[in-house]
Amino acid sequence: MTEAYTPVEMMAIAAARTLENGRSVLVGTGLPMIAAILAQRIHAPNLLIAFEAGGIGPVLPTLPLSVGDSRTFHRAILAGTMCDVMEAAQSGYLDYGFLGGAQIDPYGNLNSTCIGPHAKPKVSLPGSGGGNDVGSLCWRTIIIMSHEKRRFVDRVDFITTPGYLDGPGSREAAGLPRGSGPYRVITDLAVLGFEENSKRMMLLSTYPGVTVEQVMQNTGFELKVSAKVGAVEPPTREQLRLLREEVDPTGIFVKRKR
Amino acid sequence: MNGYGDPSLKVESGGEGKLLSRLDLEEHRQWVLEKKSRALESKLTSIKEAVAKYVGEGSYLVLGGFGHVRSPMAAVYEIIRQGKAGLDVNAHPGCHDIDLLAAAGCIRRVDRAYGGGHEVRGLSPAFRRAVEAGEIEVVEWSNAALAWRFKAAAMGLPFLPCRVMIGTDTFRHSAAKIVSCPFTGVKICLVPACYPDVAFIQVHRCDIYGNAQIDGTTVEDIDIARASRRVVLITEEIVATDRIRDTPWRTTIPHYLVDAVVKIPWGAHPTNMPYLYYFDEEHIAEWLRMAKTVEGAQDYLGKYVRGVGGFNSYLELVGGARKLSYLKRLELYQVPLRTPWAEG
Repeated sequence: MTEAYTPVEMMAIAAARTLENGRSVLVGTGLPMIAAILAQRIHAPNLLIAFEAGGIGPVLPTLPLSVGDSRTFHRAILAGTMCDVMEAAQSGYLDYGFLGGAQIDPYGNLNSTCIGPHAKPKVSLPGSGGGNDVGSLCWRTIIIMSHEKRRFVDRVDFITTPGYLDGPGSREAAGLPRGSGPYRVITDLAVLGFEENSKRMMLLSTYPGVTVEQVMQNTGFELKVSAKVGAVEPPTREQLRLLREEVDPTGIFVKRKR
Repeated sequence: MNGYGDPSLKVESGGEGKLLSRLDLEEHRQWVLEKKSRALESKLTSIKEAVAKYVGEGSYLVLGGFGHVRSPMAAVYEIIRQGKAGLDVNAHPGCHDIDLLAAAGCIRRVDRAYGGGHEVRGLSPAFRRAVEAGEIEVVEWSNAALAWRFKAAAMGLPFLPCRVMIGTDTFRHSAAKIVSCPFTGVKICLVPACYPDVAFIQVHRCDIYGNAQIDGTTVEDIDIARASRRVVLITEEIVATDRIRDTPWRTTIPHYLVDAVVKIPWGAHPTNMPYLYYFDEEHIAEWLRMAKTVEGAQDYLGKYVRGVGGFNSYLELVGGARKLSYLKRLELYQVPLRTPWAEG
């Protein structure tokens, strides 16, 4: 018997599950913060959390509103500088990087800069922030996005943050650190990864009640599908309680459907 | 040889963005020689004077903190009141600070890592409008790229090599260059040093000479202070120099980098001043609501910026002692957070 939950709650919990105990993660703003804190409380107490403004290893009593606010270094190991965090990433200390974006392409390239031409955009978005840095420097990038056709596009309007660029080998050829790149895309429908040979996005598993066709219909490019699509376990009662009562009690990030 | 390839320095490609800040190493050293005082002398002044003296038409401006954390808002308000225009602004990131400057028409161009958003609260209405109308020119960077640009300048260097922006449109719209490294042969991104004309930095405490302490993350402020020609500190508190000397390892910005010291408690409101006061979400929500239209944004500036005499009248206007006490308790986790912008 499971409790009712929303797709966004499932997404936050699925994202949290991808993080391993004893590893480190550079956390971007929004849902990534929820996922990292949840992971720390559910299964990864020894997860080292880093925020780009300089907070490393905080004990998070409540959710920060900004990746730079005082919550991000509450009882932290270090309240340092942006260089401390970015240089740790560049040297290989940060295993996972958590990002969002407005558009994504089959190779995991992300746009958070503009829709339409850069000189006079139809929609001006905030730009890279630390996004490009996370996607360039962390070993494994995890992207959290709402699964819509207009967001999952064949070509993004602007490559803000590198995924696998043009495909296999192109990150390394460009000069990005060897062995880094997008690892998972967590949406409100499914968990996706990248096929080893083509580096194209591939459906790995769907959420309860979601079909493969539904995922395809909401994807604006040809999506690879794993030979054995898995079923994501629904959230447990305890995971939902943690999310609702402890991590995001006011529903700032994970809006409750009323 | 270490298996990396041809070890010679070659520029492979360059971004198309303009270099907005100064980049002349000898000129900078000469400036430091002639214009930066090494003496322990009082730099106390008012925000009105500091802005009038150090922010010129077309100055390259950087605001310390993190866009809406420890942001020198008293300086932002004064820049708007004095009608400074044509500024080049470094959004390293910029959030609430540059949204207001954009609404007031102060900004001509930005070096942007993050600018045009209030993080979880949504997009910046005024900044976004100005960029979409083509009124603000944007040169793109990443947060790390801008942090290293300040670091390069803080070191007195022309650039630093790094491994970000490579392969992306962010690089294409920056003023960085890709070279093959002369030691290893790997392709590496060179970001040009950023030497701003003027920096405003909000600190927790300093003495009258500008020896300053910041509690919590310093973000990029140590490098920004070292990189900028003019540095104005806005401080919550003035302390005796003996207190600085008691714990010299706590000094984040030493006096010889500082040109002006302005005491304005709560000067970062409505942004977060770590350990002292949290975000004023009620006030930020009011801005976000009013700034949805051009007229609304102007009404906001009229009510809270242009029509206000001093910072104390501003604090009265946003809720006075009662509000400030709430923000302090909020920062110390003594009262629950309310976020009006999330309540629809």
